[in-house]
Amino acid sequence: MKIYVPMDSAAKALGADAVAGALIAEAKSRGIEIELIRNGTRGMIWLEPLVEVEIDGVRHGFGPASHDDAAAILSGDAACALGPVEDLDWMKKQTRLTFARVGVIDPLDLADYEAHGGLAGLRRAIGMDGAGIVEEVTNSGLRGRGGAGFPTGIKWKTVHDAEAPQKYIVCNADEGDSGTFADRMIMEGDPFTLIEGMAIAGLAVGATRGYVYLRSEYPDAIRVMRRAVEIARASGVLGADVLGSGRSYDMEIRVGAGAYVCGEETSLLNSLEGKRGVVRAKPPLPALEGFLGRPTVVNNVISLATVPVIFEKGAQHYADFGLGRSRGTVTLQIAGNVARGGLFETAFGISLGEVVNDLAGGTATGNPVKAVQVGGPLGAYIPVSNFDAPLGYEELDAKGGLLGHAGLVIFDDRADMLRMARFAMEFCAVESCGKCTPCRIGAVRGVETIDRIAEGDAAAIPLLTDLCETMTDGSLCALGGFTPLPVMSALTHFPNDFATQKEAAE
Amino acid sequence: MQETAPNTDEIDAVIAQHQHLEGPLLPILHAMQETFDHIPDAAHRPIAEALNISRAELHGVISFYHDFRAKPAGRHVLKICRAEACQAMGGTALAEATLAKLGLDWHGTSVNGAVTVEPVYCLGLCACAPAAMLGDRVVGRVDEARMDALLQEAGA
Repeated sequence: MKIYVPMDSAAKALGADAVAGALIAEAKSRGIEIELIRNGTRGMIWLEPLVEVEIDGVRHGFGPASHDDAAAILSGDAACALGPVEDLDWMKKQTRLTFARVGVIDPLDLADYEAHGGLAGLRRAIGMDGAGIVEEVTNSGLRGRGGAGFPTGIKWKTVHDAEAPQKYIVCNADEGDSGTFADRMIMEGDPFTLIEGMAIAGLAVGATRGYVYLRSEYPDAIRVMRRAVEIARASGVLGADVLGSGRSYDMEIRVGAGAYVCGEETSLLNSLEGKRGVVRAKPPLPALEGFLGRPTVVNNVISLATVPVIFEKGAQHYADFGLGRSRGTVTLQIAGNVARGGLFETAFGISLGEVVNDLAGGTATGNPVKAVQVGGPLGAYIPVSNFDAPLGYEELDAKGGLLGHAGLVIFDDRADMLRMARFAMEFCAVESCGKCTPCRIGAVRGVETIDRIAEGDAAAIPLLTDLCETMTDGSLCALGGFTPLPVMSALTHFPNDFATQKEAAE
Repeated sequence: MQETAPNTDEIDAVIAQHQHLEGPLLPILHAMQETFDHIPDAAHRPIAEALNISRAELHGVISFYHDFRAKPAGRHVLKICRAEACQAMGGTALAEATLAKLGLDWHGTSVNGAVTVEPVYCLGLCACAPAAMLGDRVVGRVDEARMDALLQEAGA
């Protein structure tokens, strides 16, 4: 009997380890032989811990399961039975390309990975030259999934064309944005796909070394990734002779140290070099002078983890999904006050309202939705009136928003938007690297100015607007540059939250 | 983790283990903190000398990152998420109540030395908020009862 219990940290946070322990104990007491596999999560976090039992080759789900359900799950009469997992609405409605294997395979079983299409992309890439690989990525239309949406192929071409004795692939796994967990999910659930993507990138641009800069807040992901790199190296996927190609690529996992700003690529590079995580002015681009001053590809986890499937299925297959200039799939992370939260991979273009109301089922509390913050702490608060916005880079931009890493944090009607705006400024003040004045000082003044508004000083509102303009125009990176987005969207769309105190004072 | 006074051999061993890396400073600091539960003052000079950087530069790096501590923490470190997704699920009230219960402010350690409470900005558990982490163990949908159980486990 094959049983799956996720080892993803969201599942563990909801008691998956206890469920796994109870299943083993129960099976032992009944003398039933079971093979327990710790998989990644399917992404249906409201059903976690989601136990799957394979019956006649079909995986049947039980969730959310507690350790008390172990006996009933083994007997097949558990109240939390969901039927075949692949038939669940949430699964059927998705287009799983990047996340095809997450939740399906044993994350650290390389043979299982290969049996599900793994390494096919790398093998194909080995048969191509660097320029050919870069062209394939360009043709797929893949854009940086970390938030900026910069075309991945163009970045790779810059590094490919640069001449240097050493080049690097750096994976930005400093997923600090609240509401996002796709990077963590893939690193814990399908680590080899990231390794394969980085190896393809290495072959493409002629980089023989790579680093994953992984945040320290993700201890489980660090363990899985480190182990996966060891396995890949021992199996010849990494090393001096990648899959017998005669070409070399190896990589290492590096751990961040709790600084949000290190998610910005230039401060990440400084941090990786062992310096303060201070932002670098651009130019020079990291593609030309990156890690240790060498040409460096810096890509987000999802961008790199999507590369294998592009090579396995072809650039055109990938580009056939999507909307406008947003090609392929977006890995939506639905979070916060939500009835059905989790990860949903789909073609670009789905509307915000469809995601929040239909897929996610509204709020967890059952109260009406007030706002959704899209794109992390630097993303806008979008009111229900803008729920028709299609989720694509340009499309959301047109609505004054930012798709970012595609995290959606849902708030119910109890949310105080002045308080959320204040938090955005406070967060920026805490996390500012200190290099540029608009961010370092502006965020502190922003907190003070919002406090004045809260105390009823209406004159502080134009001051806040002006300050936000300065931060937007004058900051060196996205931290200071986009903090005004949540602040101003809160102020613009929810003026009542900024006015009640004033009226009370009058 | 140990809280004994750091000895020079141990410090040198930690440095030697990572010195060959490209960009060795963060790995050295992490290893130092794993060994001593903080970055001991006694380690500053040997690190600076090994990497040929000034002690001022080293101090700049250590103080830049939230993770590195100049003094050992309590026996357990409890991190409570303060980010937006957790706020949407009552995380702020939970954090305030926990700190009040322990009579602590952020970064404070309980009188009996059992637990240090740190803020964290996102554990990636945003679909099962509010979230916390005791040591390396993550906990989701934390309510008062779950928090009490965690505090009891930590001996606070």
